[in-house]
Amino acid sequence: MLQFLWLVPALPFLGFIILAVFGKYLSKKMQAITGVGLVGLSSLLVIIIGTEFLKFPNNNFTQKLWTWFSISGFAPEIAFHLDSLSLVFIFVITFVGFLIHIYSAEYMFEEEGYARFFAYMNLFVGSMLVLVLADNLLLMYLGWEGVGLCSYLLIGFFYKNPENNYAARKAFIVTRIGDTALLIGLFILYSRFGTLNFSEILKIAPGTIIIGSALATTIALLFLGGAVGKSAQLPLQVWLPDAMAGPSPVSALIHAATMVTAGVYLIARAHVLFELSPFAQNVVAIIGALTLLLAGISALFQYDIKKVLAYSTISQIGYMFLALGMGAWSAGIFHFMIHAFFKALLFLAGGAVILSLHHEQDMFKMGGLHKKLPLIFWTFLIGSASLSALPLISAGFYSKDAILWYSFSAGNGNIWLWLAGLTGAFITSLYTFRMVFITFFGEEKTNVHYKPGILIALPLIVLAILTTIGGFIQLPENLGNIKLFSSFIENTLPHTILKNVENKEWIFQLFSAIIALSGVYIAYIIFLKKPIFIYNRENKVQKFFLYGWNFDKLYNKLFVQPFVWITKINRNDILDRIFDNFGLLFIRLSQFIGLTQNNRLNWFLTGLMAGLILVITLMLYL
Amino acid sequence: MNFSFETLLILAGILFAIGFLGLLVRRNLLFMLMSLEIMMNSAGLAFIAVGSVLSQPDGQVMFLFILSVAAAEVSVALALSILMFKHFKTVDTKALNSLK
Repeated sequence: MLQFLWLVPALPFLGFIILAVFGKYLSKKMQAITGVGLVGLSSLLVIIIGTEFLKFPNNNFTQKLWTWFSISGFAPEIAFHLDSLSLVFIFVITFVGFLIHIYSAEYMFEEEGYARFFAYMNLFVGSMLVLVLADNLLLMYLGWEGVGLCSYLLIGFFYKNPENNYAARKAFIVTRIGDTALLIGLFILYSRFGTLNFSEILKIAPGTIIIGSALATTIALLFLGGAVGKSAQLPLQVWLPDAMAGPSPVSALIHAATMVTAGVYLIARAHVLFELSPFAQNVVAIIGALTLLLAGISALFQYDIKKVLAYSTISQIGYMFLALGMGAWSAGIFHFMIHAFFKALLFLAGGAVILSLHHEQDMFKMGGLHKKLPLIFWTFLIGSASLSALPLISAGFYSKDAILWYSFSAGNGNIWLWLAGLTGAFITSLYTFRMVFITFFGEEKTNVHYKPGILIALPLIVLAILTTIGGFIQLPENLGNIKLFSSFIENTLPHTILKNVENKEWIFQLFSAIIALSGVYIAYIIFLKKPIFIYNRENKVQKFFLYGWNFDKLYNKLFVQPFVWITKINRNDILDRIFDNFGLLFIRLSQFIGLTQNNRLNWFLTGLMAGLILVITLMLYL
Repeated sequence: MNFSFETLLILAGILFAIGFLGLLVRRNLLFMLMSLEIMMNSAGLAFIAVGSVLSQPDGQVMFLFILSVAAAEVSVALALSILMFKHFKTVDTKALNSLK
C-alpha cells in the first residue's frame, strides 16, 4: 500500500481542481462532499499506510515521481519520503484537516463562496502534505510557498471587507521575510553541498562541517529565520493575531494545527544542521522562551476570543521551539501533535460559540453559556484543560511537562529556561481559564441564536477524545513509562541527551501540576468570584499588552514609514520623468494632429489635394 | 501674337493654381464654383496650347468638350446650391460641418 503515498497529497489537489473549475456547476451539497470527501479519502489512506508503516518503523520509504527539471547537474526530483516524522505530520494534517472540513461544511454553509472555500482548503491541505512529505528542500519550499499562498487566500476569504485584505497582505508579507531567509539558506546549502536532498545532507553534513563553524551557524540561523516567519515567533509574530480575520475553520486548520507548525517541521527535519551549531540551537530555545512569555502575557489582556487563541498558539509554538532548542526532538513533536488536537478543538468550539451568538466575538459580551450550549462547553473545557496542562487527565500535561523537564535536564538545559517555561505555564492556565469563565459562566449577555448541528458537534467530540487519550502514548518514566511515541520518532530524530542529573522528574511534575491548578484557581477568583480586575480598554498599560506589546507600532515606525517616505520622494525621479514625458509627448502630438479634424470642407479638400500632389510628385520623380 | 508654348503652359498653370487656391480658401459655395470654372478653363487653355504646337485640331475639339461638360456641371451645381439655400438658408459651407 505504501506505493499509494503519492495519492495522499494528490487527492486534495484533485479536490482543488474540481472545485476551482467546476465548483459553480455543482450543488452546495456536492461541493461539500467533494471538498470534505477528498480530504477524508486522503486521511483514510494515511491511516492505512500508517498501519503498514508501523510494522517496520525503521524502513523509510521514498517514492520518486519524476525529476522536476535538470539544469547543469542540478536535478531536484518530485519525490515523497515517508518516515516516522513525516508520518506523524501527515496523520495530523489529514485527520485533523478532515475533521475541520466536516465542521466547515456546516459552519460555512450560509456564506457565499462555499466552493471557493473548499477549493482553497483542499489546496492548502495538498500543499502542506507536499511540504512534509518532500524528500528535498526545494520541493519542501514549494509546499512552503503553497501554504503561504493559501493562508493569504483564506485569511482574506471575506474579501469584500478591506480589513481582511490588509490582514491577509500583512500575513503574506511578514512570512515572506522568513521565506527569503530560508531561500538564502537553501542557496548557501546548495553551493556548499551540491544537493538539497534531506537524506544526503544527513549523511554528508556531520563529516564535512565543523561543529560550531560559521557556515553551520549561518545556515541554521537562516533556516530559523524561515521557521520564525511561518511559525509566528519573535520577531515575526505580528501577523498571526490579525490573521484571525479569516473564518474559524481557517484559524483552526492553518493557524493552529498545521501551517504554523511548518517551522517546527523545518527545524526538526534540518536537525543535523542545528546539532552542528550549538549557538543556533540556543537561539532557537531563547526565541521559544521569549515568545512564549510575550504571547502569553498578551493573551491575558485580549477580549476577542479568537485573539486569545491566536496568542495562545504563538505561545505554545514557543514551547515547541524551546523543546527543539534543547535537543528534545521527540518532546517537541509530541507537543506539536497534542497541541494540534486541542488547539483545533478550541478554535472549532470557539467558532461554534461565535456562530451561536451570531458572530459575536467579544468574550465580555458572552456569558452563561455552559447551560445553553452544553456540548460546546464540555469540549471547550476539555481543550482548555489540555492547554493549561492540567495534571494527569489531559494530554497537554504529558507533552508540556516533558518539555519543561527537558528544558532543565537536557544537554542545553538551563534553569532560566525552565523558569520561563513554568511561568508561561502559569500564565497559560490563567488566560485559558479566564477565557472559559468569562465566556461560559456568569450572566448571559447575548442570546443564543443557533444550536450547532451534528457536523459541528462530531469533530468537537472526536477531537475532545483525542485530546484526552492522546497523551497516554507517551508517559513519563515515573508515571507508567510508556515510550510509544518517542521510540517511534527516534527512528528519524535523535534521542534526547540528558545532562547528568538524577531523575528527579517528579519534582518538576509536581511544580507543573501546582502551577497549572493554581492558575485555574486564581482565574476563578479574579474573573468569576470577585471580579477585582477592572478592564479598562483605554488604559495605556492594558493597551500595550492588548496590541501584543506594540510590535505593530514598532515595525510601523522602523520599516513601514521610512519605506513609504523613500517611495514618496522617489516618485518624480529622473527615470519617472523620462517615461512620463515620453507618454505626454505622444498625447500632445495627437492633440495637435487632431486639430486638423475640424470637419470643415475646405480643410478636407486641402488635405485631399495635398495628398494628391504628393503622390503625383512621387510618381513623377521616383 | 506668337506666344511660346512654355508661356501658355505657365499661364494655364497659374490660372489652375489661382482656381485651386480659390477653391480651398473660399467658403461661399458660389465662389467655389467660380474657382472650379477657372480651373476648367485653365485646363482648356493647356489643351489649346498643345494643339497649336502640334498643329492638330484635337486641342480645339477638346476645348469644346470641356466647355460643354463645364456647362452641364455648373447647371447641376447651381441646382444643388439652390437646394442647399432652401435647406440651410445660407450658401456658406460652414453649414455642412455635420461630421464631428
